[in-house]
Parts: sequence; C-alpha cells; structure tokens
Amino acid sequence: MAPIIEVRNLTKQFGKGAEMVTAVDSVSFAIEPGETVCLVGESGCGKSTTGRMVAGLLEATSGEVIFEGKNIKQLDSAAFRRYRQTVQIIHQDPYSSLNPTQTIRQIITAPLLRHNKVKGKSAAEARALELLEVVDLTPARDVIDKYPHQLSGGQRQRVAVARALTVDPKFIVADEAVSMVDVSIRVSILTMLARLKKEFDVTFLFITHDLALAKYFAWQGRITVMYLGRIVEDGPTQRLITDPRHPYTQALLSAVPEADPELAHHKREIELRDAEIPSLLALPRGCTFHPRCPYFVAGQCDVAVPPLEALPEGGRVACPVRMGERISLLV
Amino acid sequence: MASSNLDWQTDDKREHPAPLTLENVHVSYATRRGKVRAVRGVTVDLHAGESLALIGESGSGKSTLGLAIVRLLPETAEVVPGVITYRRDGREIDVLKLKPNEMREFRWSDCAMVFQAALNAFNPVLKVWAQALDTAKAHGWSDKDAVRKRLVELLEFVQLDPKRVIDAYPHELSGGMRQRVLLALSLLLNPQVLILDEPTTALDIITQRTIIKLLRELKEDQHFTMIFISHDLAIAAELADRVATMYAGRIVELGTSEDIFYRPRHPYTLGLIRAVPTVSGGFEQLFSIPGSPPDLVELPPGCKFHPRCAFASERCKQEEPELVEVGPNHTAACWNWIQVEDELKRNPLHRGALNVLDTAVVSEEIA
Ligand SMILES: Nc1ncnc2c1ncn2[C@@H]1O[C@H](COP(=O)(O)OP(=O)(O)OP(=O)(O)O)[C@@H](O)[C@H]1O
Ligand SMILES: Nc1ncnc2c1ncn2[C@@H]1O[C@H](COP(=O)(O)OP(=O)(O)OP(=O)(O)O)[C@@H](O)[C@H]1O
Ligand code: SF4
Ligand SMILES: [Mg+2]
Ligand SMILES: [Mg+2]
Repeated sequence: MAPIIEVRNLTKQFGKGAEMVTAVDSVSFAIEPGETVCLVGESGCGKSTTGRMVAGLLEATSGEVIFEGKNIKQLDSAAFRRYRQTVQIIHQDPYSSLNPTQTIRQIITAPLLRHNKVKGKSAAEARALELLEVVDLTPARDVIDKYPHQLSGGQRQRVAVARALTVDPKFIVADEAVSMVDVSIRVSILTMLARLKKEFDVTFLFITHDLALAKYFAWQGRITVMYLGRIVEDGPTQRLITDPRHPYTQALLSAVPEADPELAHHKREIELRDAEIPSLLALPRGCTFHPRCPYFVAGQCDVAVPPLEALPEGGRVACPVRMGERISLLV
Repeated sequence: MASSNLDWQTDDKREHPAPLTLENVHVSYATRRGKVRAVRGVTVDLHAGESLALIGESGSGKSTLGLAIVRLLPETAEVVPGVITYRRDGREIDVLKLKPNEMREFRWSDCAMVFQAALNAFNPVLKVWAQALDTAKAHGWSDKDAVRKRLVELLEFVQLDPKRVIDAYPHELSGGMRQRVLLALSLLLNPQVLILDEPTTALDIITQRTIIKLLRELKEDQHFTMIFISHDLAIAAELADRVATMYAGRIVELGTSEDIFYRPRHPYTLGLIRAVPTVSGGFEQLFSIPGSPPDLVELPPGCKFHPRCAFASERCKQEEPELVEVGPNHTAACWNWIQVEDELKRNPLHRGALNVLDTAVVSEEIA
C-alpha cells in the first residue's frame, strides 16, 4: 500500500551561527494508511518539531514531507488544501488551544462552515452535536453552549479532537494528547482515539514521552525512538518493547518506573557512563549516544554516524555494535 | 558510595516509636466560593524507617497534607480539627502548636519537605553554596568549613560533581540536577523525616531513574523515614513500603505496596490500577474511572466516590464509610469491599513479574 505520509531526510535547524541547533536531523519514515505509529523519546529530542513538520505547521530546513506521493512543496493549491485538511494535529495543552471567548458551538461550527463541510447554521449544529457524541461528550446538548473554562481538562481535549474531526482528517498527529489529563480518565480518551482508527480510518502519529502509553496505544502498531534529533530505533511495538536492540532504547526501557512493585524490583539496571544528556549546541561526534553508552567502542562509535539498518525481526536500528544482541529487561 | 561518612544514624529505626502521627487532621481553604475541604480527617502513623506513598488524582489533597505537616500552608488555610505529633529521641512535639521560630527549626532539622524541582523552589539570585550557607547560619551553624564539607559530601551522595554545582545559580542546572541539589540541601541538617512532593514529576525517564536509585539508597541504607507524594502510581510501586490512596481529602485505603497493587479492596484504588499500563508487563486491557472528582466545596453525601463507583449501593449514597480492616495491616473505607475482592477473583489483575513469563495475557488491540 502507498504510504499516507512519508518523510525523507527531514531536517530542522533553529537559530543562527554559534547558537544554531539541529533539532531534527535527517529523519526518514513512511506511515501506511491504518497504521498507528508512536514517536517517543525524552524532552527536547525533536518529537514535536517532527510532528509539526509532518502537519505542515513548520517548514523543514531540508528534506521532504510526501503526501499522496508528492512533496508538499510541489502540491497545487487544491492538493495542498486537501493535505492541510487530511492531516490534523492535536496539541498537548487543551487550555491554550481552544479560544476561551468562544462557546463549543462556535469552536466546532466555524471550521465546518469555513470548509463548506455543511450548508447553513442548522446543519452545522447538527453535525457539531454528532461530532461531540463521537468524542463521547454526551449528552452533547449539555456541552455545546459551554465555554472551554467550564469543562474539565479531559473534556477540553475531547473538544479539540472533535474540532480536528470537522474536516474529515485521515491522519492525526496527536502530540502529548493525554499527557495533561489525569490518569483516571486517560484511558477513555485513548479508547476514543482508537475507535476513530476503526470508524473513520484515521491513521495516527502519536507523540508521547510515556513509553507505557505508547505500548498500550500502538500495541498492534510501531514505535519510533528519537534521541537528540535522530531516529535510533524503530519497529513493531511488540518487538521493540520486549527485544530492544539500540543501547539507548534499552536504557530508556530499563529506566521507566513501573506501576507494579514486583516488576519495579525485577528490572535490569543499566549503568550509563554519563548521566547527563549532551546539549544540542555541542553534539558528540558519531553516534550521539556514545559518551553515555555502556557498549561504546572507541574509534568506531565516535567517528561516523551509524546508519539505521533493517533488523530481520522488524524495524531499524542505528547501532552496528549491538543490533545483533538481545538482552532481557527483567532479571 | 559516600554514605558511610555521612553522619546519619544507621541503627535500625524500625524499633523506634512512630516519628509522626496524624490524628483526624482536617484542612480547609477559605475561598470566595466557600470552604474548600481539601483534607478531611486523616489519621495515620508513620512508622520509623518506612516509606509511605500518598497517591491519588489531582486535587485529592496530597500536597495539602504534606504542607500541613511542615506548616507551610497559605494563610487562607486552617487546620481544624486535628493533631500532628512528632517524636524524636524521647521528645514529643505537638507540631500544630510550634511557634514560628521553632517551626523553622523543625522544618530543617526534624521533618524536611522537598518540593518539585521547579525553579521557584530556589532563591534565584543565590548560588547553591550561598543557599546552603544561609540555611546553616539560620540554624546557628557558623563554621563555614564544616558546612562546606557537609555540602560536598551530600552533593557527592546525590551524584553531582560539587565543583561544578556549588558555585552555580539554579537556572544554570538541568531539572534533574536541581532536584538532586534540593534533595542534598534538605539533608543538610540531618532531618529524621523527609517529605517529597512529586519528586520525579516532569523529569526525563533516565533522570527519574537516577532519583529513584538515590531515594532507594536513602531508604535501604540510611533507613530514612519518608513520605512520597505522587499522582504517579509507578513512584509508589518503585519506592514505597506502604501506600495510602487519597480521594477527596481522605485516605480511602492503606496497606503494603503489594496489598495495594495486587489486592486492592477500595474501588477507587482498583480503578487507578486498572487505568495505568506497565512497560515490561504483559498487554492488559485498561479501563478509565468514569466521571470526575467531586467539588470540594459542595461534597456529595455518603461515600465521596459513589457517583463514579461501579460497586455503589444505596447505603453508599447516604453514609460515608470509615477505614475498616480488610486484611492484616490493610484497611479500606468502602461498604462493599468484599464485592471488590469477588470482582478480583472473577477478573484478576495480570500483575507481577511472574505473570509476564506466564503470558496468559490478552493481546488484542484496545477498543
Ligand atoms: N521555535 C523554536 N526555536 C528554537 N528552538 C526550538 C524551537 N522549537 C523547538 N526548539 C528546540 O528544538 C529542540 C527539539 O524540540 P521539540 O519541541 O521538538 O522536542 P520534543 O521532543 O517535543 O520535547 P518535549 O518532550 O519536551 O515536548 C529543543 O532543543 C527545542 O529547544
Ligand atoms: N491555596 C489554595 N486555596 C484554595 N484552594 C486550594 C489551595 N491550594 C489547594 N487548593 C485546593 O485544595 C484541593 C487539594 O489540593 P492539593 O494541592 O492538596 O491536591 P493534590 O492532591 O496535591 O493535587 P495535585 O496532584 O494536582 O498536586 C484542590 O481542590 C485544590 O484546588
Ligand atoms: S462505599 Fe460504595 S460508593 Fe464508596 S467506594 Fe465503596 S462501593 Fe463505591
Ligand atoms: Mg514536544
Ligand atoms: Mg500536589
């Protein structure tokens, strides 16, 4: 199947001169319709920047975003409009992404009318009520005349999803979409999003720093791990979680606190050579993980950037030293 | 590790009487809308040498309870009624009756609280060394060299390079470094009890692990008595001996970490556990808790959880349950805890490291 979205050597630099940082460095991946892909990694590794370039909110310094087989820079205006509607983004912070002076009715009906998805006010209202039901804001009539501040954080995030759905997207970039929502209601939002996959054929790029959430949401999909702007490993979730190969993925998985006392006390300890993450302003040569990596090979790891190579078990790994080695994360 | 030369009492404190006892502690905030009843009748003994985790969702009163113990609540708050008793070396102190100068002493030398490593937990214009010196001086410790020696030891203990950190301003440090500096500073005056509010929240995963390892060391090697406050269940599972679940200002369940995670008896605790995935465990179906926490100004009658509870019966709507024994050293405040036990027999939690090996886990997609 042809990918719905593909990126090739996508790179983003911010700043100038000595202050210049490469926030995203030659990232390439393809996502097929119906797939769920999670982008994970620690703060500042370039997840949001990648997501924003995919959604067309930020221009790449170099590299390409490819939609329906064409570089988005070369789309004619009709195709570009189709791209901007097909690909929607949902942000972390439902507080700031919704206009506080508008009612939910205005927030949802405005894009419906602007994009000619419906004709006339009453049709817009009917569709808005439908969409609120889709995101489980029921009864929708009780919600539609409220302002964002009258809703809980979880409800606001549902409104943000309903607004994204107004333009019939087929690809949603969800950037930390449940990170600010209390644990007790997080799952219901994830379940609602999972339903959109099935009922509306939505493909997800789900960005999160929470590996447990990534595992849960993309159990049948894929996880892509970023470190300091580069992809270090990706692959089918079930392989990546149980049989990680890149030393950074292993370090990350072994470090995750577990909500289960027995698991918490059986996790393998991986000692890093350096606890601190390097600054983007002074990136190490070669593999950027090398100053911290327990398997560092001098003269190899600190010379050339290791390429992402395909793993027979699925996915890609950017570590020629360790990609063939398995370790168990529980001891 | 530098721990051997850190002048801590390493005798087994578990023999000693409870360093901290809370009896029927209530805290309310005066607001324009009325009284926010943030803590409503908390009674708990903190055992010597144990680590107790307070878990519960946002607004359940965890931080308020911590702040009440070190009396750092804002002026709009009142602690009535309630008694907080602190014990050390045969002394017994009624914390709520301490005068301001005594309180300051208590906060550093007896019961120290570590706040989330936000920048505002520091004085932004003081270098780390100056912050330490200020604190030490305020407690009549004038020998600069001794203070410096102690600070260096503590910074080494939290795995920071003293040379790099001691003359740094807070904004020059990363979040994880700041959290470790705060931890070191809180230990400066050798307190007996540490209260840590969200010690790892907002930190990166690998940094969280560093902090967890340090805290485990304080617990296991130094036998510090600690209270962890976190909305993150994983922190409790990683660090706590006992766990208290809070809901709407009350402790609704209290037990060992294993009891709480594998044999919860309160529907709210069960709900929290079923809402949180693990990474290294099997794949498990998760469930949300419907509804949202109550308005603390106008609390519902009866059990405060009843509007969200799948086990609620008529009685729950009228009478608020007290903590009752549901097992050895395990209490829960629920009229229907036996039904929770039955539910777990029907639908067991697939938890524990052994469960991962015996993969009888569901592996279908969420839906
Ligand atoms: N507009 C900008 N101007 C300058 N630098 C930026 C800008 N946006 C992002 N950056 C930098 O690019 C890097 C990657 O940022 P990004 O927001 O993509 O990370 P992230 O992985 O989403 O992190 P988080 O988990 O904290 O959201 C960071 O160092 C960030 O400071
Ligand atoms: N200064 C204040 N004035 C009025 N209400 C307050 C004040 N501080 C806290 N509250 C309220 O008291 C309740 C308990 O708050 P508290 O901060 O103790 O909760 P928490 O369990 O620590 O939550 P979180 O996980 O969000 O930190 C909340 O409803 C909160 O809004
Ligand atoms: S007392 Fe009733 S409402 Fe409260 S938790 Fe138990 S069953 Fe649920
Ligand atoms: Mg981000
Ligand atoms: Mg709090």
